[in-house]
Amino acid sequence: MNESILTTENLTMDFDGFKAINNLNFSMAPGELRVVIGPNGAGKTTFLDLITGKIKPTTGQVLFKGKNIRRYSEEQISRLGIGRKFQTPRVYLNLTARENLELAANKHKDVWGTLFKQLSRDERDRIGILLETIGLAVKAERKADLLSHGEKQRLEIGMLVAQSPELLLVDEPVAGLTDEETENVGHLLVTLAESHAILVIEHDMEFVRQIARKVTVLHQGTVLCEGTIDEVQSDPRVIEVYLGQPQSVDS
Amino acid sequence: MMTVVPKKRRDNRLLVEAGIVIAIASILILIVPWILTDFRLSLLGRFLALSIAALGIDLIWGYTGLLSMGHGVFFALGGYLLAMYLKLQIPKDAANQLPEFMNLYGVPELPWFWKPFHDFGFAFLAILIVPTIIGGLLGYLVFRNRIRGVYFSILTQAATVVFFNFFNGQQKLFNGTNGLTDFKTILGADVGQYQFTFYILTIVALVLAYALCRWLTSGRFGNLLVAIRDDENRLRFSGYNPTGFKVIVFAVSAALAAIGGAFYTIQTGRVSPQLMDIGFSIEMVIWVAAGGRGTLIGAILGTLLVNFAKSLLSEQFPEVWLFFQGALFLIVVTVLPDGVVGLRKLFRHRQQPITTYPNIDLNPEVQSEREHPHN
Repeated sequence: MNESILTTENLTMDFDGFKAINNLNFSMAPGELRVVIGPNGAGKTTFLDLITGKIKPTTGQVLFKGKNIRRYSEEQISRLGIGRKFQTPRVYLNLTARENLELAANKHKDVWGTLFKQLSRDERDRIGILLETIGLAVKAERKADLLSHGEKQRLEIGMLVAQSPELLLVDEPVAGLTDEETENVGHLLVTLAESHAILVIEHDMEFVRQIARKVTVLHQGTVLCEGTIDEVQSDPRVIEVYLGQPQSVDS
Repeated sequence: MMTVVPKKRRDNRLLVEAGIVIAIASILILIVPWILTDFRLSLLGRFLALSIAALGIDLIWGYTGLLSMGHGVFFALGGYLLAMYLKLQIPKDAANQLPEFMNLYGVPELPWFWKPFHDFGFAFLAILIVPTIIGGLLGYLVFRNRIRGVYFSILTQAATVVFFNFFNGQQKLFNGTNGLTDFKTILGADVGQYQFTFYILTIVALVLAYALCRWLTSGRFGNLLVAIRDDENRLRFSGYNPTGFKVIVFAVSAALAAIGGAFYTIQTGRVSPQLMDIGFSIEMVIWVAAGGRGTLIGAILGTLLVNFAKSLLSEQFPEVWLFFQGALFLIVVTVLPDGVVGLRKLFRHRQQPITTYPNIDLNPEVQSEREHPHN
C-alpha cells in the first residue's frame, strides 16, 4: 500500500443513477508515467475530478501516498502535492507567462504570505529554468492571452511543475495541437517523468505510443484492462469497445 | 510589459509615478482653488470624496471581478459614523444635551451606542473599522459558500435594501428618512468655515487611498486578484484558497467607501438613507466603468467626469440627466469597454497583433498539406 503514490479503492461516483465511475480500483507507483485511455464517456475526467477533490465520491476512497483525501478541499489536495492540468488550457490570460509561473510557485499561499513575502532568488532561478524547459523563455513577459494554443498547454504544464507536486494529472495535453507541438509536449512529459509521477489522459493513440509505458483502459467507469500499449491494443475487449472504431481513435 | 524590467528601473518608474501624483495633488490644492468659483470648488471636493469610494469599487470589481452593487451602504455608514460625532458637538452650557431630532421624537436619553461618539478619536477609528468589519463579515459568509457572479451582485443589492430600510425606519436613532444634518462644529472649529481644509484633507486621503490600492494591485498579490477575476476555480488547483483574498479585498474596499462617505458628508453637510439607495450604488459602478475598470486612475477620472457632466447637464436641462446616464452606460458597454482610459489605445500606434507561432498559413509545410491533402 505505502509503495503506491495513488490508489483508489472501490471508487464509485453516482450522478443520480448514472455511475460515471463504477467500483474503480486503480494503483500507481511513485515515479510512474501512466496513460489512461478510454472512449468518450468512460469517466476519465470524472476520475480526475475525484482525485483532485472537485467532487467527492459516492462510495470508496482515493488514497494519496496512503492517505485518504476525502476530507480535503481542492486547494489542500493541491498543496499535498497533486497538480492538475485541464483539458482546455487554463492559464491566467491577463498575466504574463512568468507571472503565471510565479503564482503557481509561491510557497506561501495564504493572504499574508502572498502580500508580504518576496519571491526568493532561488524561486526566481527555478522559474527561469522552468521557462527554458517549457520553451517559453523568450516569451516570458508576454501576456498568456497572446500565446498560441500549444504554448498555453506547455505553460499550464509548467505551472503544475512550479507547484512542485509529486503527482501530475494531465488531461488531454495534445488536444488541438499541431504534430510538431504534440511532439514537444511529448518530450516535455517524458522529461518530467524522470522526477514526477504523471497520469496522462489521452485520446491520440500515436501520442500514447510516443510516451506510454503502461496504459490503463477505462470503460464505463471501471478498469477494462492494463498493460503495455501493444498488449492493450491487441486485447479483444479493448478492440471491441474502443479500438474497434479506428476513425475516432487515430486522428 | 514586453521586456524584463530591472529592479532599478522599476523603482525609478515608481518614483516618477509618485512625482506625478504629488504634482497633481499640489495643483489641485494650490492652483485649482484660484480658477474655480467657490461653488465649483465645493463640488470638486465632493467628487474627489466620491472617487475614494470609486477606488474601492475598482479594487473589488475592476481587479478582482466581484461586481458589488451595494457599496452605497459602506459609503453611507462612513457618513453616519462621522455625523454621529458631529451631532454630539453641543455647547456644554446648552440646556439640552441631545441632538435636536431626539428631542423632537421624545427620546429621553442618548442611546448607548451614541455615547462613545462624543470622542472624535473614537468616531475616527469607527469610520475605519466598523465598515471594514461589516464588509469582512458579509464577505466571509458569502465567499466561503462560493457565492459568485450575479448571485453575489444580487446579494449586495439585497444588503442595500436591508440597510436602507433599517436607517430609514429608525427615526429615534438616526432621524429616519431625513438623516443627520445641520452640523455645527468639528473639534471645536466651525464646519462651514473650514470647508477648504476638508477639501485639502480629501485630496490627501485620496492620494493615500491611491497609494494603498496601487500597492495592493501590484506584485504577486495584485496578480492573484487578477487570477481570481480570470479563473477562480483554477486557482484552487494551484493551491490557493480564494476566500481569504476576496474577504480582505472586500473589507478594504468597504473601508475606502466609508472614508469617501465621511469626507462627502462633511462637505455636503448631510447624510441620509438616500445614500443607501440602490441607484446610488449602481451609479458608483458606472463611474468606474466609464473611467476604465482595472486602472485605478480610471476610477478617479470617471468619477470626476461623470459627476461634473451630471451637475453641468442638470443645470442646463434638468430632465435630461437620466437619459444621458443611460446612454453613457450603453456607450461604455458597447463601444468603450475600457472606458475613458481605454481611449488612449485609439491614439497610440496600434500594437502589432503578435503572431505567436510562425504564421501558420504562411508555413510552407501547411500550404503543401493543403494542396495535397492526401499525403
